[in-house]
Amino acid sequence: MRGESKMIRRVVKAVSGLALAFGVSACAHDLRGTGDMGLVIERATGSVLVVDHTAGKPLGRVEGLGDLSHASAVYSRDARYAYIFGRDGGLTKVDILKQEIVKRVIQGGNSIGGAISQDGSLVAVSNYQPGGVKVFDSKTLDLVADIPAGKPGEQSKTVGLVDVPGQKFAFGLWDHGEIWTADFSGGKTPKITKYEDAGINPYDGLITPNGRFYIAGLFGEDGLSMVDMWQPEKGVTRILPHYGKGKQKLPVYKMPHLEGWAMAGDLVFLPAIGLHEILVVDSKTWNEVGRIKVHGQPVFAMAQPDGRKIWVNFAIPHNDTVQVIDTMSLKLVKTLKPGKGVLHMEFTPRGEKVWMSVRDKNRVDIYDTATYERLGQFEAEKPSGIFFTDRAHKIGL
Amino acid sequence: MLKRLLTRNVSRWPFGVLAVALCLFAAEARSAPDDARKEELRYLLEQDCGSCHGLTRKGGLGSPLLPENIADSSDQDMLEIILDGIPGTAMPPWKFLLSEEDAMWLIQLIRKGLDHEG
Repeated sequence: MRGESKMIRRVVKAVSGLALAFGVSACAHDLRGTGDMGLVIERATGSVLVVDHTAGKPLGRVEGLGDLSHASAVYSRDARYAYIFGRDGGLTKVDILKQEIVKRVIQGGNSIGGAISQDGSLVAVSNYQPGGVKVFDSKTLDLVADIPAGKPGEQSKTVGLVDVPGQKFAFGLWDHGEIWTADFSGGKTPKITKYEDAGINPYDGLITPNGRFYIAGLFGEDGLSMVDMWQPEKGVTRILPHYGKGKQKLPVYKMPHLEGWAMAGDLVFLPAIGLHEILVVDSKTWNEVGRIKVHGQPVFAMAQPDGRKIWVNFAIPHNDTVQVIDTMSLKLVKTLKPGKGVLHMEFTPRGEKVWMSVRDKNRVDIYDTATYERLGQFEAEKPSGIFFTDRAHKIGL
Repeated sequence: MLKRLLTRNVSRWPFGVLAVALCLFAAEARSAPDDARKEELRYLLEQDCGSCHGLTRKGGLGSPLLPENIADSSDQDMLEIILDGIPGTAMPPWKFLLSEEDAMWLIQLIRKGLDHEG
């Protein structure tokens, strides 16, 4: 017995010696790209799973990211580093290749999301507490600019922060009903442009894939507010005013998200607030051209990368369901019941698969977007947001 | 617990207290949530209330819900807010998903803090 373990030790020694000698080639063997990688947020445990969407499985877990309820992520332009915005005001830079935290700063009391600049050099974070937006150097996470959204003590919570071409960021002011842009093209001191009268309680925002139209959803009134970034001098315009006119508003148990841009051809698909409907808008005229009744209060309405179908998830008590809309017929074509707590969906870059986090089942499900067949699943601890690295090269994501 | 509530309320609203006490007794007598329901409620508080108020209830779009934040609010006020929502804000009416007893149990849980067994 003793001799045996001695031999094992010797073998182990010899093998590790070999590994050392051939260390370089071993590293070369481990080289990989990040183009098919991503992250799954585990909201309750302050951890993220690093995933491989070709293999359809997690590669490892990174821990120590704080309160990740409502966390989101953006990627460096080399798609190696993820910047994760946590609810506790933490901004964490994660190296997804090494699966480790590079740096973590607590930049505010309570943050809601962020964006990376056109050139990749700046990371901006929108804060609920103390309000406003903070901007950091993407390499070092050193503070570059602090943009208070209002007077001290009266700062607004900021929402819907996105990058805009021209080294700008755009965001909404929940409390003050405004849309602001911060232009960093001239250096570290941003030029702020304020669009007042942008409607009551903008709750989220998005920008079209070409970076032209910034749209804020309004919680406090029917309609959405839009700024044309190609013609900013025209100011803010209201679209779809009174879309819920004459209808009894239903309770909204979870704020919809406008992240991602559900666009198919010229049509845009948006979740209504307080109505169990998806609104369809023609982006040439910005008029409503239809609406589709769905199963509950929509949270995300996300287009497959090819724009052929829209996938919708819902607020409680309907969050066990996902519905699929055909963008040619504007009809529901499929209802899936993955399980309670479907919080987020993410498509593979060319859209053959969709991943869904099923929070209450502690599971991530992988579906075929053509056949709706479940192709795989794996365990995750209270999964929420799923973020693949192809976001690194998309405006507004 | 009840006694503490009563004494605190007595100093402020000597009349309201009777109603609160009766409500509590009635709730207790009627249908306090069973263990399975308590587990669901605890989960709902953490995860779904947490969407707006934070998983750790330090606040978000909604106000913070730590024991010290709500120390000055009466059970009755909180019950109304939970069941009817706050019109003009993002707080929805939960009466379609929660009974009065559910809400009352949640209020006590929020007061104690979630680290304690409810």
